[in-house]
Amino acid sequence: MASAFDRVADIIAETSDVPRETIRPESHVIEDLGIDSLDFLDIVFAIDKDFGIKVPVETWTQEVNSGAAPASRYFVMENLAKRIEELVAAKSGG
Amino acid sequence: MQLEYFRMIDRVVSVDAETIVAEAVVPEASPVFEGHFPGHPLVPGVLLLETMAQAAGYLLLARLGFARMAFLIGSRELKLRRFVRPGERLSVTARLVHEGSGYAVADAAITGADNRICEVREMKFSLQDFPAPALAEAMRAQAARIGLGA
Repeated sequence: MASAFDRVADIIAETSDVPRETIRPESHVIEDLGIDSLDFLDIVFAIDKDFGIKVPVETWTQEVNSGAAPASRYFVMENLAKRIEELVAAKSGG
Repeated sequence: MQLEYFRMIDRVVSVDAETIVAEAVVPEASPVFEGHFPGHPLVPGVLLLETMAQAAGYLLLARLGFARMAFLIGSRELKLRRFVRPGERLSVTARLVHEGSGYAVADAAITGADNRICEVREMKFSLQDFPAPALAEAMRAQAARIGLGA
């Protein structure tokens, strides 16, 4: 099984115009990869389906907008992959 | 249907948590037909897409207890299989594919008397708080008009 990072990077490359080789662990999804909100929803839909989870985008956005969490916590690739791993583990009871 | 007012759905036939079936009757006359097209009136394809989006929208409104509004933000694939003329009776079906955080995805189709007219895959909706109380009230009124309990 590929890592969460690789699976998310593959999804982003397939869903948007971003070349796969430019997606790195330190890439910021919005600032570095240029993903806009509409493309990001397509990516979230693909992640929801692929991982069988419900990425809490609204909660994340509220936390960032209120200053409760830095954007990097959710939108830097390696952190995004970690958040997804956590969601998968929570869903499976692990 | 009142095309010029974007009231596309006439009646909800059935609805459950994931599927809605509705009816829409194309009017015999409408200002829309004066332009689309002179001497050859057809329901514009974009209004067929709008009809499917509204069916899915009502499904989502019911699902959300009319607490939020569903705004169409995209779709994957639209097929318009044949022309739709004045006076036709349409059956509109929409099915929830996925409800995510702040968005939902639905498939939808329109059939005529005995054949497929059009379908759309993966319409995406942004689910947002109503931006104005008047819109929330209007959507409840529209839902009541077509037999969808608010």
